[in-house]
Amino acid sequence: MDTLLDNLDVFTKGFGTTLVLFAWSAVFALILGTVVAAMRVAPVPIMRAVGTVYVNTVRNTPLTLVMMFFALGYPQLGLPKLDYVPLAIIALTLYTATYVAETLRSGINTVPLGQAEAARAIGLTFGQSLGQIILPQAIRAVVPPMFNVLIALLKNTTIAAGFSVMEAGAIRAFLSERGEPALVVLLWVAAVFVVLVMVLSLLQRYFEKKWRVA
Amino acid sequence: MSTAPEGRAAGSAPVVSVKGVNKHYGPLHVLKDINLAVGKGEVVVVLGPSGSGKSTMCRTINRLETVDEGEIRVDGELLPQEGKALATLRAEVGMVFQSFNLFANKSILENVTLGPIKVRGLKKAEADALALELLAKVGVANQKDKLPSQLSGGQQQRVAIARALAMRPKVMLFDEPTSALDPEMINEVLDTMISLAREGMTMIVVTHEMGFARKAADRIIFMADGQIVEESTPEEFFTNPQSARAKDFLSKLITH
Ligand SMILES: Nc1ncnc2c1ncn2[C@@H]1O[C@H](COP(=O)(O)OP(=O)(O)OP(=O)(O)O)[C@@H](O)[C@H]1O
Ligand SMILES: [Mg+2]
Repeated sequence: MDTLLDNLDVFTKGFGTTLVLFAWSAVFALILGTVVAAMRVAPVPIMRAVGTVYVNTVRNTPLTLVMMFFALGYPQLGLPKLDYVPLAIIALTLYTATYVAETLRSGINTVPLGQAEAARAIGLTFGQSLGQIILPQAIRAVVPPMFNVLIALLKNTTIAAGFSVMEAGAIRAFLSERGEPALVVLLWVAAVFVVLVMVLSLLQRYFEKKWRVA
Repeated sequence: MSTAPEGRAAGSAPVVSVKGVNKHYGPLHVLKDINLAVGKGEVVVVLGPSGSGKSTMCRTINRLETVDEGEIRVDGELLPQEGKALATLRAEVGMVFQSFNLFANKSILENVTLGPIKVRGLKKAEADALALELLAKVGVANQKDKLPSQLSGGQQQRVAIARALAMRPKVMLFDEPTSALDPEMINEVLDTMISLAREGMTMIVVTHEMGFARKAADRIIFMADGQIVEESTPEEFFTNPQSARAKDFLSKLITH
């Protein structure tokens, strides 16, 4: 317990950053992933193609490489300078969005075709049928896998530690300098992650219950 | 070509006009040179054996299926390509499906108001009033707050009819609207359709309900193997079919 309490400052700062990375990446990845999923089922062939290429390239690239591109490659592109935290958020977003998109698309595939046909038949546009009819039903069908994506994102934030971001994955390195035993520190970091994942699981259960009726 | 019964389609331009339409599914020629004109207020019943292309023809009229060749007009306008203009035109064509296809995530009332609000730009209060009027007309107003899954098949199909009517369509397409229903619910849906026909709605109805065809049709279209084989009044069709295919079709019905 001492290891935790004596170094609460480092733990708070580390997990604070982790939560910042997670929250922003989750929000942006859910938005971008929804857009990409929509592109992949769009009636316009070019949109489908762009969506497919994006998902297949980014999803098949290790996250560490995506992260490296933004941490090391981006600054050399001569674009506006960005801190490592926003760069990490961009990398996590782009990577996670591919999983969000694929999860949503699998949900869209569970919605009977007749729903989209009926929506088109009353004159709704593609966007309206998706937003009003298809996505609301698709999301209900994918709550558990979508939370798996979010849990993976939470854990993936630790990769940012390798790129000078002071988040939870960097706590051990910090505290080793203060002379704390590495194993104990790591166990505490793991314990906090377990608690955070449990919070996500509770949220998952809440949404599963809320949307079960339909 | 239309042999529309006197006094109905005559004079005014047809509401639906299908000219020289051909469609293939790979090697299968599902629609073979289909020509059809449906006048305002006309009720056309499409009969034919399974797989003859009835559903496909019906679905080409609001472009749920595309065609390889030929032109389709609704109220004189060519069906546009996929996009906003097509959506606008689809709003003019009501469609009722065999499997109801009510929006599972919307209440009964919302099923009916969605189109008027999103497509026609009605205010919510106006749309609610319209929907309640139509739901009352098809006899399910008291179910307005339920979800589709909580209704019987017959009730769902009547809601689907109200949903289509809410767009004030120029023509209504019905693709086997009673085929998925338990026998005791078929009549409630057919009665709704018959009263619609009496009010002068232009209707194209694919059905196996011969009673409805006799009672409500102005014209029977008989399809076989992707072709319109016979086109006549119900009276003629049922008492004096011309083609061998139609005779065969009718003889099989009687033995059922
Ligand atoms: N999406 C599709 N791909 C390939 N073939 C299809 C497709 N849809 C229909 N068909 C074929 O086209 C033919 C006509 O089908 P259609 O559904 O129009 O027939 P139908 O007259 O409505 O029959 P039923 O009375 O059984 O509903 C059938 O042979 C069917 O197998
Ligand atoms: Mg059919």
